[in-house]
Amino acid sequence: MKTTTSNTRDSESNIVLQIENLYKAFGENKVLNGFSLDLKNGENLVLMGRSGSGKSVLIKCLVGLLKPDKGKVEILGNDISTLSQSDMDELRTSIGFLFQGSALYDSMTVRENLEFPLRRHTRKLSSKEMEALVFEALESVGLKHTVDLMPAELSGGMQRRIALARALILKPKIIIYDEPTTGLDPITSKEIIELMNSVQEKYKTSSLIITHDVDCARVVSNRIILLLDGVNYAEGTFNELSNSNDTKIKAFFK
Amino acid sequence: MAESTSFYNKITSFFEEIGEMTRFAMRFFKEAVSPPFEFRELLKQCFFMGNKSFFLVAVTGFILGVVFTLQTRPTLEEFGAAAWMPSMISISIVREIGPVIIALICAGRIGSSIGAELGSMKVTEQIDAMEVSGTNPFKFLVVTRIAATTLMIPLLVIFGDFIALIGSALIENIKDDVSYQLYFTQVFEALKFSDLIPATIKTFFFGFAIGLVGCFKGYNSKKGTAGVGKASNSAVVYTSMLLFVIDFVAVFVSDLFYN
Ligand SMILES: Nc1ncnc2c1ncn2[C@@H]1O[C@H](COP(=O)(O)OP(=O)(O)OP(=O)(O)O)[C@@H](O)[C@H]1O
Ligand SMILES: [Mg+2]
Repeated sequence: MKTTTSNTRDSESNIVLQIENLYKAFGENKVLNGFSLDLKNGENLVLMGRSGSGKSVLIKCLVGLLKPDKGKVEILGNDISTLSQSDMDELRTSIGFLFQGSALYDSMTVRENLEFPLRRHTRKLSSKEMEALVFEALESVGLKHTVDLMPAELSGGMQRRIALARALILKPKIIIYDEPTTGLDPITSKEIIELMNSVQEKYKTSSLIITHDVDCARVVSNRIILLLDGVNYAEGTFNELSNSNDTKIKAFFK
Repeated sequence: MAESTSFYNKITSFFEEIGEMTRFAMRFFKEAVSPPFEFRELLKQCFFMGNKSFFLVAVTGFILGVVFTLQTRPTLEEFGAAAWMPSMISISIVREIGPVIIALICAGRIGSSIGAELGSMKVTEQIDAMEVSGTNPFKFLVVTRIAATTLMIPLLVIFGDFIALIGSALIENIKDDVSYQLYFTQVFEALKFSDLIPATIKTFFFGFAIGLVGCFKGYNSKKGTAGVGKASNSAVVYTSMLLFVIDFVAVFVSDLFYN
């Protein structure tokens, strides 16, 4: 779905996340060499790249877990390098982050995992309101019955869904998914993919999705960006890229 | 040549580690005094630590008291000084053996579990997840744990000392018909403030050391499950060493003060 020229101005003001010329190196290892990207409001943008190409590094730069060497990151109109710690924490509440390995707090129950962001960020909620939000989030991932279990008692796919519920609970405007389907069987992957689509529809979120999984990219993407040698090598819809003649691009869609 | 370089490397990395740990401790003090304070988590940690080591400390303390009394008795009897038992035992347990043994036990129990817990939180990105959800993980995890050990170790030591004295009293009661009342009257006569104060101050430092090293090792743990094992293991080794160093310094300092 290409935006028509008359729409260009409109869509520019619609950008929720913008990365401009990002550089990041670890010693001699130059991971990002001037990467740029923008995420439009309400879109599902997929970022593909080989293992070790720096996808996780890129999104860690976005949320301030890593500091880029050079370049600009703008989220919801805020240049993150100029934000104070407390403003950054405030901004982080409008970003949901799904970690590659779920990263559920394993000393806490599912309920406590979901309450964690709530306790820290919202005005003091009554326990009833908190309960309602927890169940709403669990409902949307279909795991209401696990509320009092520990993460260790859940399967990998269930953990991923709980992690998604935790990322959703503050109703973020942007969600970043780091390989949401990696390590899951095809059926569970499909469930997660459907969940991602329903989240986009229900909460009108904008999503940046990192994946190796071609099926996932086909189903969820409005647009795809390929990360190669630390730059945005190519960009387009799934059909455009998968029918490309460039061998480097083709390699991703085999 | 090669040998001397590797020895040199070991020395430098040892001092580098001490430097990093000092910086970690500085950060603790800086973040401990600035709001927000994580009281809920602090209480939870205090409760966990007390609960987890309570039984172990009781058993160790009891055995310590019993064994120490049984071993010392024959010598004192030989000199006809068996009546001195309560005061001698209480001074050596309260001043020295109780705090050191119980702190060592807690280093194994609490220090290693802090190292393992934070280590696995680090490698499974739970610490990153906390930061992304807008919580300062250093404050939430490290400050609360170090504060909790600093508060709880002294309490556990006092409790352990007390159980040790009960063990000792039991033996005296069986062997020599000393009543518990007489035993404890003698104990409290023997113990002076100059015994209790330095011994108690010392245990706060023990507690701080246990929390600091456990957190430092866990928080800086390397990737992979091997990293977690190493974090927990070296937390115990370094803490035990540090406890003896602190003990040495403490005894030295209190000696200066009281003589
Ligand atoms: N904290 C770090 N310190 C040093 N090097 C790092 C660090 N994090 C990542 N790297 C390096 O950056 C490169 C990119 O890593 P990254 O984790 O972003 O890969 P990725 O694209 O997410 O791969 P995968 O698909 O396997 O998750 C790798 O060479 C890695 O060794
Ligand atoms: Mg990655």
